[in-house]
Amino acid sequence: MTRALSFFILIAALTFGAMGPGFAVEPNERLADPALEARARGISDHLRCLVCQNETIDDSHADLAHDLRVLVRERLTAGDSDSQTIAFITARYGDFVLLKPPVKGATLVLWYGPLAILLIGAVGTVVWFRRRKMTGVEEPAPLTDVERSRLKQMMTEGES
Amino acid sequence: MQRLLFVIPVVLFLGLAAYFGLALTRDPSTLPSALIDKPAPAFALAGLGTKPPLARDDFAGQVVLVNFFASWCVPCRAEHPILMRMAEQEKLTLYGIAYKDRPEDAQRFLTQLGDPYSRIGVDQSGRVGIDFGVYGVPETYVIDKAGNIRLRHVGPLTASDLQNEILPLLKQLGRS
Repeated sequence: MTRALSFFILIAALTFGAMGPGFAVEPNERLADPALEARARGISDHLRCLVCQNETIDDSHADLAHDLRVLVRERLTAGDSDSQTIAFITARYGDFVLLKPPVKGATLVLWYGPLAILLIGAVGTVVWFRRRKMTGVEEPAPLTDVERSRLKQMMTEGES
Repeated sequence: MQRLLFVIPVVLFLGLAAYFGLALTRDPSTLPSALIDKPAPAFALAGLGTKPPLARDDFAGQVVLVNFFASWCVPCRAEHPILMRMAEQEKLTLYGIAYKDRPEDAQRFLTQLGDPYSRIGVDQSGRVGIDFGVYGVPETYVIDKAGNIRLRHVGPLTASDLQNEILPLLKQLGRS
């Protein structure tokens, strides 16, 4: 039992350990200063590898990703702030290199489009329900004398 | 008014569908350059073998083509005949940058296939490539007289790229 359990824990540790982020960062790329290295990891976690396109440069084994990781660390060591480092990269590769697109004119639809569509839908739904309430649910007109006497007749016919 | 409310979502949906449909016809591996209409980055690279070095200021005032290539790059071999044709038949000025390649390998590549370049810079570290926003060789840049990048072509040049894209642009830029 304990053996099976420890085997299970071992498998789990191996699986999830391997799935951890930053799998591609090689030991010789790391900076000696842990604070700088942490900043570098934070930055490269948000930069797209342009070769693989849906991986961060932190995760990618592509040659260019390696070069960009080294470049990010160089900029930070040279005293650049995080935003200066990111600006250095986007000046060369454009906003596409950012996995999270910046909020600006061309990306407004991207950021707020879904919210706008949701609002339009919500307003439409509210208007539709209100209209139905106003027009659809009218009080039925009371029965006329003729109708009432006919109803009475039908009821007594049924009884006999 | 009420009818309009029902039409809006349909119109929005059709618009989105058309947009996504169009996007399907585009090649997602071809990225726009961040440097279009911006000055080409300054660089100064050692020359290949006995050839003179290559720096940005060498082609100031000229319309030029800069081609990033490497001996290890298979598509570069595919586009090489087109580059040769551009140099020999169209008499275009081509500058080559050997991207992340050992000089001896780049030299062997050109000895085997022919050398279409007026000058070649050796970018062994790939830093000049990064300055240009290169993300995969081959890439070809058209630089105008003012030193601005006017076109980036990603991937191997084909005969139709040359006819429909490169030559008309060069004509427009007033290549002598």
